Amino acid sequence: MTQPQKATEFSQSIRGAVAPLLQVAGLAKSYGARIGCTDVSFDLFPGEVLGIVGESGSGKSTLLSCLAGHQRPDQGQILYDGQDVLAMAETERRRLSRTDWAFVHQNPRDGLRMGVSAGANVGERLMAIGARHYGDIRAQATDWLGRVEIDANRIDDRPAAFSGGMQQRLQIARNLVTAPRLVFMDEPTGGLDVSVQARLLDLMRGLVRDMGLSVVIVTHDLAVVRLLAHRLMVMKSGRVVEQGLTDQVLDDPQHAYTQLLVSSVLQV
Amino acid sequence: MTDQAYTFAYLDEQTKRMIRRALLKALAVPGYQVPFASREMPMPYGWGTGGVQVTAACLVPEDRLKVIDQGADDTTNAVSIRRFFARTAGVATTEATAEATLIQTRHRIPEQPLREGQILVYQVPIPEPLRFLEPRETETRKMHELEEYGLMHVKLYEDIARHGTIATSYAYPVKVEGRYVMDPSPIPKFDNPKLSGNAAIQLFGAGREQRIYALPPYTAVVSLDFDDHPFTASKPGHACDLCGAAHSYLDEVITDDAGGRMFVCSDTDFCAGRRREGHQGRLGGQA
Repeated sequence: MTQPQKATEFSQSIRGAVAPLLQVAGLAKSYGARIGCTDVSFDLFPGEVLGIVGESGSGKSTLLSCLAGHQRPDQGQILYDGQDVLAMAETERRRLSRTDWAFVHQNPRDGLRMGVSAGANVGERLMAIGARHYGDIRAQATDWLGRVEIDANRIDDRPAAFSGGMQQRLQIARNLVTAPRLVFMDEPTGGLDVSVQARLLDLMRGLVRDMGLSVVIVTHDLAVVRLLAHRLMVMKSGRVVEQGLTDQVLDDPQHAYTQLLVSSVLQV
Repeated sequence: MTDQAYTFAYLDEQTKRMIRRALLKALAVPGYQVPFASREMPMPYGWGTGGVQVTAACLVPEDRLKVIDQGADDTTNAVSIRRFFARTAGVATTEATAEATLIQTRHRIPEQPLREGQILVYQVPIPEPLRFLEPRETETRKMHELEEYGLMHVKLYEDIARHGTIATSYAYPVKVEGRYVMDPSPIPKFDNPKLSGNAAIQLFGAGREQRIYALPPYTAVVSLDFDDHPFTASKPGHACDLCGAAHSYLDEVITDDAGGRMFVCSDTDFCAGRRREGHQGRLGGQA
């Protein structure tokens, strides 16, 4: 396997041999009479990146927050590593979301603690799982700042003093420091200008590959999923209208909405 | 004599029963913040309304009450509260730590070790140790429930990152019996070791925030720290200028406008006792 990011080869080599990390079946969440998302089913395998695209209001963020445990779905089942997430005790679920899972928010201010330094932001998850040695925590924070291309001498600065792109990279470092296996990302490149986006995408692609992360990434930007995602799910009005390998879906869209979505991308 | 216009110790019997129920629950679950229906007291919030209600619920006619404010028996707050209970409960009062059966305190633990049978009541402004890190009450309760205390160490980390050492010097967070993280009220961290294994019953009342928590006698209380930055009970590096005590907590007093200053014991009863025994500090003769 020379090019692990190529979806077809990846899928053929992984599937069948390994059990899925995340299994979702018949997931539904409604807000009163309105449908948030409904009848969503998919399997996510270790090391696989799943993109979820769709226009605003298509239910992709609802789906993500149900998966990450921020909201409780009305119906359906979520299995993580064979365990039923929805039947889990809250202690256990929150422990998972501190250790094995990570959540990258669209707005870094939602995911960062703005009142404390960058080092403390990265160290928080370590301290939450019991790290009690200041020197070690600081060394790991320094290491992670380096990995997301933030200068080590900014470790004691507050995130408010960082640019938008740096804040987003800091948020990623803060989430990945406990070496999670499953990462949820909600529009991680939203609100960043294109050159900063490109750097961030490059960084994320490297981290995903090096750490073997499984990722569920929600975005409306087709270029992002083209770069990162192995598989793609297209949502409209709370339903999955098409899913498949990313290149396949983008190059040969079958559903009318997907065709519209692909053709709506501006060409430079 | 008791002022007959009031029931014993000012609060009505039903209120005192309600507070006692909260106290019993707090003693049963050391360090857990028990909500209670805090009453309006004839004093402003922040002046010890929580402590006063706890004291009122604990007092019996045979009690001997001592009230201290930052260690001193003779400051406005201490004098007022002592007089309040002398009038509404008719209990005996004292300034001597050893003679008191119930001590209400603001921000200090007496220097003299307490004994079994004594009750120490703390006035607490903000009972939630996680408050300044996590503003949502629903979330802090959840964090206590699930023992998610990593955030407390984020605060200590931030201290070291900024100041090179843990700069928190009062209201220093502690862990009670390996379970609940507790705010010991704004006592100096010098007093933190006295919280642990104390023979007296320690009760904490927060009136505005409507919370009561407690440490039963001989409860293990550990101050949070890092392995490579251990907790130290710090105090000014001087001896008391009046009584010469080298190991008591000191107040700094400015004596003139030319840089003159003196350090005196914050615990006035302790200092006076030592001077009666003939101990004398640097300025002991003149003062």
